[in-house]
Amino acid sequence: MTEPEEHTIDSSHRGFFNWKELWLYRELFYFFTWRDIKIKYKQTVLGFLWAILQPLLMMIIFTLFFGRVLNVPSQNIPYPVFVLSGLLLWNLFSTGLTNSANSMVSNSTIIKKIYFPRLIVPTSSILVSLFDFLMAFALFILLLIYYQQPVGWNALLYWPLALWISVIATLGPGCLLAALNVKYRDFRYVIPFLIQILFFLTPIIYPVSMLKYPLLQYVLVMSPMYAAVELFRFPLTSEEMNLTFLFISLASGFLFLILGILYFKRTEDFFADFA
Amino acid sequence: MKPILEIQDVGKKYRIQHMAGGYLSLRERMLSTLKFARNEVEDFWALKDVSFNVQPGESIGIIGRNGAGKSTLLKILSKITPPTTGKIISRGRIASLLEVGTGFHPELTGRENVFLNGSLLGMKRKEIEAQFDEIVDFSGVEKFLDTPLKHYSSGMQLRLAFAVAAFLEPEILIIDEVLAVGDAEFQKKCLGKMENVSKSGRTILFVSHQLGMVGQLCKTAILLDKGEILTQGKVDVVINQYTQYLSNGNEYVNQDATQKTAYFFQSIKSLSSNLKAVSAFAHNEEIVLEINFMAMQRLKNTHLLVAINNKNGQRIFSSDISLDDYDIKVNAVNFAYVTLPAETITPGNYSFFTAIHSPNAIGYDVKDNVCPISVYDNGSAFTQYENKWFYGDVFVKCSWRIK
Repeated sequence: MTEPEEHTIDSSHRGFFNWKELWLYRELFYFFTWRDIKIKYKQTVLGFLWAILQPLLMMIIFTLFFGRVLNVPSQNIPYPVFVLSGLLLWNLFSTGLTNSANSMVSNSTIIKKIYFPRLIVPTSSILVSLFDFLMAFALFILLLIYYQQPVGWNALLYWPLALWISVIATLGPGCLLAALNVKYRDFRYVIPFLIQILFFLTPIIYPVSMLKYPLLQYVLVMSPMYAAVELFRFPLTSEEMNLTFLFISLASGFLFLILGILYFKRTEDFFADFA
Repeated sequence: MKPILEIQDVGKKYRIQHMAGGYLSLRERMLSTLKFARNEVEDFWALKDVSFNVQPGESIGIIGRNGAGKSTLLKILSKITPPTTGKIISRGRIASLLEVGTGFHPELTGRENVFLNGSLLGMKRKEIEAQFDEIVDFSGVEKFLDTPLKHYSSGMQLRLAFAVAAFLEPEILIIDEVLAVGDAEFQKKCLGKMENVSKSGRTILFVSHQLGMVGQLCKTAILLDKGEILTQGKVDVVINQYTQYLSNGNEYVNQDATQKTAYFFQSIKSLSSNLKAVSAFAHNEEIVLEINFMAMQRLKNTHLLVAINNKNGQRIFSSDISLDDYDIKVNAVNFAYVTLPAETITPGNYSFFTAIHSPNAIGYDVKDNVCPISVYDNGSAFTQYENKWFYGDVFVKCSWRIK
């Protein structure tokens, strides 16, 4: 018989990041995500179609108000394409952030009764929105065909990249808010505002170039989602990107990621006591 | 052989905040910081300096009153909450069942819930797939496998949940009271399954209030009280001590100093067979009642009666003796001892009815509902009957003839 592996729980010395354990529990990522997707569309007549309908309706509304009535410029591509390209990633961010921020509280009954790496919970919530993204992406492709919008080959590089950046930009604040929410339920009320504000601060319905004040531009590009949206649109517009802006946005995304995971790991041991 | 589980000086401190409201709000936190006035915080040690080792294949029962720290200990061992002090070394895969059906979702079907629950309990998808048919078989809900769980009866949900848990195959299994629910027949099935688990060399830590189950499943036990280990050792010894310390004085003492009837009771108390005052008895122990009475006169046709009331106050049987043939001291205290044979009254709570009387004529002194006692099951032969049906209060060894 081989000597079984030794595990130690030591009150004076807590482990930090355990990749091996996360790998061991990898199936739970799948099960949590799968559960949430299933539940999300249970007892709906249209089912998964909602993942397409929601962005479609938003796109129509924004096109009517901003594209037609206010004539917002759209970097030389049709406004519906412009706004949907932004909304795709934005929805990933906003639903991912909302769900992951509430994930620890809504799964508290499980957390109090069973051990598994807690990081799986907020991460899976984001993976659920990734599924919605893929559905909406199909709509986006149809729209591109409808408008006969030329797309550069570099999309094969930029779109997955933009997707990754979005996930990272969501994961950081998501973990941070999830951990804070366990202890202070106030954040439940803060999150919708936060997302609303960020929506207007991120160039989804307007291009950054529309802003005349350079200082304001610098503030806007601090949104972690700025880089994702810009990179995603690049194969469509071929407009030159402002590398400084990109860098600021990316740096802010990674900063939040580190901050979020650090805070989450620091407090996760006590989730069961507070949840 | 190294112990499979080493628990060294483990303690857990909770802060009790004396304030209104369930959880912290940021406002309160900020206000208290601003005012430099801390919320009134009190430290509470749910567990203190708990140390013990578990050998591979050992089954340990953990007993104690509510709030003794049993669940906290299991939570620490299951890594749900970290200890404040001490450390734990484990040498094997731990699975804990602090609840059955953790993560069950009403919108998902039975099949889907089996997979979700199984994987939460640490089973690999392949393991669940391999054992899926057995799990379903064990649960007995195959007809409803593709129905959402919300349409299940609560009994069916429990069966399904137990079935998943029953197929866990960790080296160390931690179980908290989960068998206390569910119908008796299914409980039996689970208990049988768990016995197989422990016989196959796995280690079990088992918390339960059902002492009979602890007695049957475990060889050793730990008694916790106020977060500390009070005793640990052989299961029957520990259970015995637990029930001793649960039982507080149940003695009846006559307070009326002016009583002047011909006969009256001075005190009545229950004793173990070695004449120690106790009020909790194992099903397989004799129960001795010591009756201490005064005789002011010597009257003919005087009887001493002892009867037992069940928890509803109904008299279940009586025993009566004529005092005429005995040497009763007048103006002095007399002692009578009556012994109830072991394995007679079934586990439960009882009290006594005592009377000194002249049958159908006069009651010199009558005391009802005195000396409450409890009878518990300590894993004796009776455990096999426990919970299955209601057997009545008396279990009689009749003579049987089978042709």
